[in-house]
Amino acid sequence: MGDTGLARVVLETRDVSKCYYLDGVEVNALRSVDLEIRQGEMVAIMGPSGSGKSTLMHIVGLLDRPSSGEVILEGQDVSSLAPNELASLRNRHIGFVFQAFNLLSRTSALANVELPLVYGGVGGSERARRAREALERVGLANRLGHFSSQLSGGQQQRVAIARALVNDPSIVLADEPTGNLDSRSGIEVMAVLQELNEQGITVILVTHDDRVARHAERAVHMFDGRVREDGPVADRIMAADEMASLPPEGATG
Amino acid sequence: MNLPESFRIALRALAANKARSLLTMLGVIIGVAAVILLVGIGTGVQDEVTGSLEGLGSNLLFVVPGQYEGGMGGGGAPPGRRFTLDDAETIARRVEGASAVVPVLQAGAAIKAGNRSMRVVVAAGNEQGTEVFTSDLAGGRHYRRGEVQAASRVVALGDRVARELFPNQDPLGKQVTLNGQRFTVIGYYQSLGGGLGGDQDSQVYIPITTAQRLFNLNYVSTIVVKATDADEIEVVRRDIRRALLPSFGDEFTVFSQEQTLGILSDLLGTLTYMLAGIAGISLLVGGIGIMNIMLVSVSERTREIGIRKAVGARTYDILSQFVIEAVALSVLGGVFGIVLGWGGAELIAQTTPVPTNVTPWAVAMSFLFAFAVGVFFGVYPAWKASQLDPIVALRYE
Repeated sequence: MGDTGLARVVLETRDVSKCYYLDGVEVNALRSVDLEIRQGEMVAIMGPSGSGKSTLMHIVGLLDRPSSGEVILEGQDVSSLAPNELASLRNRHIGFVFQAFNLLSRTSALANVELPLVYGGVGGSERARRAREALERVGLANRLGHFSSQLSGGQQQRVAIARALVNDPSIVLADEPTGNLDSRSGIEVMAVLQELNEQGITVILVTHDDRVARHAERAVHMFDGRVREDGPVADRIMAADEMASLPPEGATG
Repeated sequence: MNLPESFRIALRALAANKARSLLTMLGVIIGVAAVILLVGIGTGVQDEVTGSLEGLGSNLLFVVPGQYEGGMGGGGAPPGRRFTLDDAETIARRVEGASAVVPVLQAGAAIKAGNRSMRVVVAAGNEQGTEVFTSDLAGGRHYRRGEVQAASRVVALGDRVARELFPNQDPLGKQVTLNGQRFTVIGYYQSLGGGLGGDQDSQVYIPITTAQRLFNLNYVSTIVVKATDADEIEVVRRDIRRALLPSFGDEFTVFSQEQTLGILSDLLGTLTYMLAGIAGISLLVGGIGIMNIMLVSVSERTREIGIRKAVGARTYDILSQFVIEAVALSVLGGVFGIVLGWGGAELIAQTTPVPTNVTPWAVAMSFLFAFAVGVFFGVYPAWKASQLDPIVALRYE
């Protein structure tokens, strides 16, 4: 999937700006951002806080609308759709992985993964089957009935990834997915994301951490609301290699 | 998302907070139970009163001084002149269709026999009183014409009075005192049963002339006229008017049984509505409790709402989820309330003389009201939840 030139454009922003008012002060969070995400890519959006990367993520994730410019998802301009239409598009095209996992408490892993299917109108045994498959893909086939409180952080984030996957989205959007994890769990989560990307899933990684960003194959650097740099990652880290170099789990104490 | 799905989500959320859900429901439970119970008592009393009045027969007319229009004592001026025994005589003489004319006087008095005493209502009439009162004698006799004329101090006791004053004894021929005056017991009546009949069981019956002397009064409160034929009742009414016109003008009113029944029924119906209204207020307060808890719940679950929205929940999905949660609380509370209220009404009917009657109408109304309360008080918190911005909601700690 490295040859981006051939792959279809999944999502594109054209001259996207976002400006909002915070306590009466105008904040230009994004200024004329042009970005293309192609099918099967693994892209890291990087930048320090205040760079506009969160705002860009919200717009790319269809949680927010740009002040001006166009957002094209699968060929359709979605920049001026109503919130409910955006919700339906998120349901079909975007899978979210958050820093804080954001699983429903007192709810089993399976039910958490089923959630997007519930709102997508998938019912009955089909729903349970697809949720189970998604959990198998992230290696949690034996944790279906566990509540999120009974799972480790890494496991919770894998449940969240399964939830992001279950609707076969165009894009999996991961916002600091390792931010709340210890390094071993973080590497595991990155390994899962890389593995899914290998299988053809488009992954966008939003992070301020250079090391996390190097797990992607392309990095977009944001600064002051603009794209400062957009290019392939030179020395990509493969999480599988990292895993191999880690001491065995029992030894970490 | 379909409705059954919303239901499952809502019920799961309620089950997750069992104690809180139950406490929230308590407001509705108490409200609905109160509505069912109070309306049940109101209806029961209404049934009993109209039933016992109907038992008197439909050919009775009640003549009272003063002018009454629609309502009972509504705008009626105080009677300028009261009836006397002579007026009853006039009616008896001049109205052909009257088979019985009974001047009636009622007053409270203390009755005493030996060292036992109680408060009773003294009901006084003439020898034709048996024609218009429903009580059946259990022993002895009613007072006679001669005793009425002579104002004899004879008394017939209601069932409860007889049993209280003369437990396990035959009261016939015994002496009692009424307001200090000695009377001879000549008869006693069968019990009219529980409920409001209990009141009549606490009455004693003496001749009207005796009563006037006892209470030092020269008037009678009502004249009851029994028509020979129920079909002739309008003729009798007209004749009574004609008979009393010379001395009273318009200053009296003739009620038929039906009118009395209608007035009483209206009055009791109004009372029942009032009780329902009071109980309804507690249901309303229960609804406010639901709204309160739902608002707490929404702000507690802001993050959950954010997650749901992020993965594709539309405004409607969130709205319906929270409305259903509120309605489930109120409907479940309603069901418990109905069970509680109905059970309470049965218990009251069986252990006290107060009659109760839980009608399907009352049950349906209180259930629907509970449902409406849930919808009404659930919509605002649910609307608030549905309007949350997913970005803000996801960031919420």
